[in-house]
Amino acid sequence: MAIVFIPTPLRKFTGNTSKLQIAGGTVSDVIENLSLTFPELKRHLVNADGRIPGFINIFVDDDDIRNLQQEQTPVTITTIVSIVPAIAGGIR
Amino acid sequence: MQLELYIEKQLVKKMIINVEAFPEEICGFLFGHESHARMITGIMAARNASTEDRFKHFAIDPLDFLHAEDYATDNNLEFLGIFHSHPNHPAIPSESDRIAAQPFFSYVILSVIQQKFSDIKSWRLNSESKFEEETIIQY
Repeated sequence: MAIVFIPTPLRKFTGNTSKLQIAGGTVSDVIENLSLTFPELKRHLVNADGRIPGFINIFVDDDDIRNLQQEQTPVTITTIVSIVPAIAGGIR
Repeated sequence: MQLELYIEKQLVKKMIINVEAFPEEICGFLFGHESHARMITGIMAARNASTEDRFKHFAIDPLDFLHAEDYATDNNLEFLGIFHSHPNHPAIPSESDRIAAQPFFSYVILSVIQQKFSDIKSWRLNSESKFEEETIIQY
């Protein structure tokens, strides 16, 4: 179980809720269960091969999971899993 | 239905001062309220954290994004979008803008030619994930 923070642009898929308690022992479990609960969210969180896409950052408390154990990073009931869209762009 | 984005004139002035002061791409956050209309009442500049050529690309640090979310919550505002500049290019979303675009957000783009403001336009993804222009109304 973890507390998941939903960023503003994705809240229309969670009934405008910003924080949710989602079951799971790892980030991967939590994202999968979140996608099952809110199917419209799935295409924004998981790519075709089931991995978290590069345009989504996942933080566990204050740390990017790329610096932890990626999707296998363990979570507990007090962990805050933040979904953070990668905001970027340019002239090309 | 034609999308509209209301922005306080003084905020547009602030963005223009910003884009004319920096030759690199600048970026930041848009805050306000949305009921019948989407109204931008505040902006916050962000650091261009791109590791690529910052004259042609921008990126926002994820921790700055989370800070913007907290700022909106703490100040009873809605986090409504992103602004950024296009140096020496039109205020039209590029392919890299489209790839990284998020639903719901307004994307305000300021075109700056030879470091002089040229144009401002706003865009939002439609249900088919294609950008549609929003008419900017300054008030």
